[in-house]
This record gives sequence, C-alpha cells and structure tokens, in this order.
Amino acid sequence: MSLVFTLASRNLFQDRLRFTASLMGIVFSVVLVMVQMGLYFGFSGMITTMIDHTSTDLWIISSGTKYFEDLSLLSTGLKDRLLAIDGVSAVVPGVVGFSAWSLPGGAMSSVIVVGTDITAGGVSPWNVVEGTAQSLTVPGTVVIDRSQYGQLGVSGVGATALIRMQPVTVGAVTDGIRSFTTAPYVFTDLNGARAYTGLPASFASHFLVRLKPQANVEQTRQNILSSISGIQALTPDQFREQSRSFWLFRTGAGAALVAGALLGIIVGTVIVAQTLYSSTKEHLYEFATLRAMGASDSYIYQVIICQALLNAIIGFAIAALIGFAIVHYTAKSALQVVISPSLIIELFILTILMCIVSAIAAIFRVVRVDPAIVLTR
Amino acid sequence: MTEPVIEAANVSRSYGSGPAWVQALKDVNLTLSGGELTVLMGPSGSGKTTLLSILGCMLAPTGGTVRVCGTSTSGVRPAELAKIRRQHIGFVFQSYHLFSTLTVAENVLLVLDVRGERGAEAMAKTKEILASVGLTSKMSSFPRQLSGGEQQRVAIARAVVAEPSAILADEPTAALDSVNGHATMTILSAIAKERDRAVLVVTHDPRLFEFADRIVHIQDGSLTPEQ
Repeated sequence: MSLVFTLASRNLFQDRLRFTASLMGIVFSVVLVMVQMGLYFGFSGMITTMIDHTSTDLWIISSGTKYFEDLSLLSTGLKDRLLAIDGVSAVVPGVVGFSAWSLPGGAMSSVIVVGTDITAGGVSPWNVVEGTAQSLTVPGTVVIDRSQYGQLGVSGVGATALIRMQPVTVGAVTDGIRSFTTAPYVFTDLNGARAYTGLPASFASHFLVRLKPQANVEQTRQNILSSISGIQALTPDQFREQSRSFWLFRTGAGAALVAGALLGIIVGTVIVAQTLYSSTKEHLYEFATLRAMGASDSYIYQVIICQALLNAIIGFAIAALIGFAIVHYTAKSALQVVISPSLIIELFILTILMCIVSAIAAIFRVVRVDPAIVLTR
Repeated sequence: MTEPVIEAANVSRSYGSGPAWVQALKDVNLTLSGGELTVLMGPSGSGKTTLLSILGCMLAPTGGTVRVCGTSTSGVRPAELAKIRRQHIGFVFQSYHLFSTLTVAENVLLVLDVRGERGAEAMAKTKEILASVGLTSKMSSFPRQLSGGEQQRVAIARAVVAEPSAILADEPTAALDSVNGHATMTILSAIAKERDRAVLVVTHDPRLFEFADRIVHIQDGSLTPEQ
C-alpha cells in the first residue's frame, strides 16, 4: 500500500484541534445542506400529499387554481359534460375549502375541509388507525389526523365538535396526514363539506376523471380542454409539478431553502479550504522535501486530496448520524425533514466535491513551492 | 576512466535584474564521479547552495550545461527534472527534513514509494539500509524520539535506499557534535567507496577534509583550483 494514505492521515490527525475545527465545518455544512434539502423535500411532499394519495387519471380544476387547497369553483353541471367526452369513464366531484372548527373553550381554529364521495372513489383518507374511512358515508362524520388532536381539541373516534357551528362526530382517525399550512385537513362527505365551507350545492372544487382502459390520457385531456373552457385538465404529475412550482418558487419558500443549502456549501468549502491550506503550509518543508526527492506532482496532489477525502468521509459520517436524528425527531412534526437514500448519496458526492474543491488552494500553494528551499533551512 | 555522474560545464547563475542583478555562479566546471567523495568548501554567500541546487536539478542555470548520468538538464521541464532527481540523486540536508509524522522505516520507505516501489521488496531494502547505518532498533521510532546524529543517519539511509548515482549532502554535520559528525562522514565516505556513488558534501567544516577524495573551494561564485 502506498504511503500516501499514511502521510495524509498522520498530517491530518497531527493537529487534533485543527482537525476538529475542520470536521465541525464539514458537519455544520453538511447538516445545514441536509436539513435545508430535507425540508425542501418534506415541504414538497406535504404540498402534494393529497395528489400523491389520490388515484385518478386527470384532475379537473378551474383555470386560475394553482394547488389542491386553492379556491376553485366549478359547476357540478360539468360532470355530465365530462362524461360525454370520448374516453372518460367516471367523474367524481370533490370539495375543498377552509372553514372554522370550534374548540371546546369556544375559540375557533381554521381547518381545510376535504369533501369526498368515498363510495365513488373520491379523495379518501389513508393511514386510518382508528375507525374506518367508510364512516364518511354517514352524514355529519369527519376523519381527522391524530397529530391534530391538540389543535382541534378532540381525542379520538366518537369525539364531537362544531364546524361552522354545525355538529360533527369523529368517525375515524388517521396518522401522518398533515397539511403544509397550519390548518389541519378534515375529511367529510361531499354535502357536509359544502355546508361547512359555504359552497352552494351546484358547485364543486375539483373533479377526478378516470378514463376507459384503452383511452389515451393526453388525447382525452386535449379533448376535455377543447370542449370545456375555463378549466385545467391535469395529469397527477402535472398537478403535482404545478403545486410544487407555485409554493417552492413563486412564493420564494423553495428559493430560501436552496439559498440556505448553498450557504452551507460555501461555508463548508471555505472552512475546509482554510484548514487544508494551513495544514499544507505547516508541512511546506515536507512537501518541498518530497519535491526534492523527485516526487511527481500527482503524488503530492494525492497526499492533499487524500487529506480532503478523509475530512469528507469522517465529516459526512458524523453529519449523516446527526441528519438521521433530525429525521427521527421531525417525523411527527408539522414540518418534516425528509432524507431519502438518493439524497444521502447526492450529499455524500457533494461533500466529496466540496472537500476536493477545498484542496485547490493547498494544491496551488504546493505547486509553487521551490524544492530548493530545503537547502536554505 | 569512470563515467562522470554529474558534469557541470561553464555553469553560471544570476538573480534579479538592473541594479539588483547578482551573479551567484560564474563559469563553474565540476565533475562528480562514482566512488569519490568531494568536499565543496566555501564561506557563506560564496554560491555553495546555488551550485548544490543546480547540480541537484532543483534550479536551472542561466548559463552553461549540467549533465546527470549523461542526460542534459538544459531546457528540461520541471517534471523531467523531478524524474532525474528521483532516479539519480539522493539528498542529505543540514536540518534532516525528516517527516515528523512518519516512523524511521516509513521515512526511508517514502523514497521508494515515490518511485513506485512498494511491498516486501521495498521493506527488505529499507531494513537493510537502516541496518547498515545502525538503526535497526529504531525502525518504529518517530524522528522526535531520535538524537540529531540518529536523525542524520536516517536521512542518509533515505538518500541512498533507492541507490541513486549521486548523493548531495548539504552541511550534513553542521547540526551535530564532533562524534556524530565523524560518524556521519564515515558513513558517507563508505557509501562513496563501497557503493561506488558520487558523493558531494558541502561544508564550512575543515575537519571533514580527512574524508575527502577531492576538495573544491568556491569563492564569490567561482571555483578555485582543486587540491
């Protein structure tokens, strides 16, 4: 085995304080990037959670609507027009809107009411941990998430409350269905949702369109758009992309997260670069001796790059452990940090690149070192 | 006649320009041959270090030519000069310049590693050369655990382990007491004789003359006639 690794690791570990500072820089940087990207993906997932958990071929929403919870008013008469279009097999209306949930003390809490025709395959609650989603066929029944017990002032199936001063009973409880807004989702039947949101009976917020088995999605989509004006017909992927694009980029939320991640990369690169540079400077006579011995440039680069990689691997390992702890502790929170295996791999590659880029200043310093300086000291 | 290992012909070296122009070496002619220990003697500022740097392919002359084992160093790129150093020249420095984080054995192995020689054969060479300078028991020690004389012996072992044709030693005894200085010069002299290497020792110390096959004086950048 080459002595490159031995020399690099011993040089790196020789000054433990400096090594610790370097590791802290990398850990800070990687954790910051990890959290920012984890929040980005967590936020991104929450934005589209309803779309992700609904089985449909097309979403029909009004033309100005940007995302699932956005105000959208469509006439229920559209259902027959949609059914008349070639390729359409079924059309299921849904209602979404904000309403006021009365807390036991009389205070109000804002909720997002999701009205669904569960027997027809509308937007349904998932991860039901208590009761059944079928309870939504009973008028006046709601399904809530157990993470919202505190916010809604209820404690499980059978609990009663008022929405827009109308009595409701909790028929089932889910786990992990959270809105990216502060308002909890409350599933209910279609007519109940209209009553709780003040929507007239002749309106719906969206239609789920399911196609016949042989129907071409894009062709049917075009047929719908050419037949009906003032609406959008979106595939789940298109609706997902439109929702993410609005919240992450048009509102600036995503840009802030990405900017935070970039800041982390810059800070990490600077700290590692400074550490490697000072380590190289301290061992300058050793590098000059290596050059005097006739070591090739690549041999010397290997020593410095090896130091950078050691920094990266150790720093990343620590950061990953911290990251996993953050994922664990935010799993049940309103704002989850989602770290996927692919994000871990990408962050590892990013850390390696960051440390290699950091080595450039040190390499430039060594390239300029005159081997003859070993004769002057 | 033995083929010269290093041959300097009309070598000059100047620094700076205009009023700051300094001529460090003037038309130096010097030949170093295998089996011979040459002592280069001169006061401070006489050009010893400049000449050593040029003979050691670390500095290019501004005039004249240097040939190392028959290869001219004129107009050669730095990477090629490094290759010449790697293949033909070993250095012993006044301050030893050992790697503080490497053990004695690793310091010696490093020269072989740089040449791409690794594994059991490299370790065998290292053990043999350290035994020849009496440091078998110190192989796992770090430089800070050694005396100055021991450190210089490690430096000599490092300089010769790759069997270079020339050993260039810069004030190798300057940091040593007379006993260790004598021991160091004995080893260098033995390397010249027994291993048929060209050894050049740059020094201020006239006590080293007893080891010299040739003594070359340098003054104001010029060599004076040999003794």
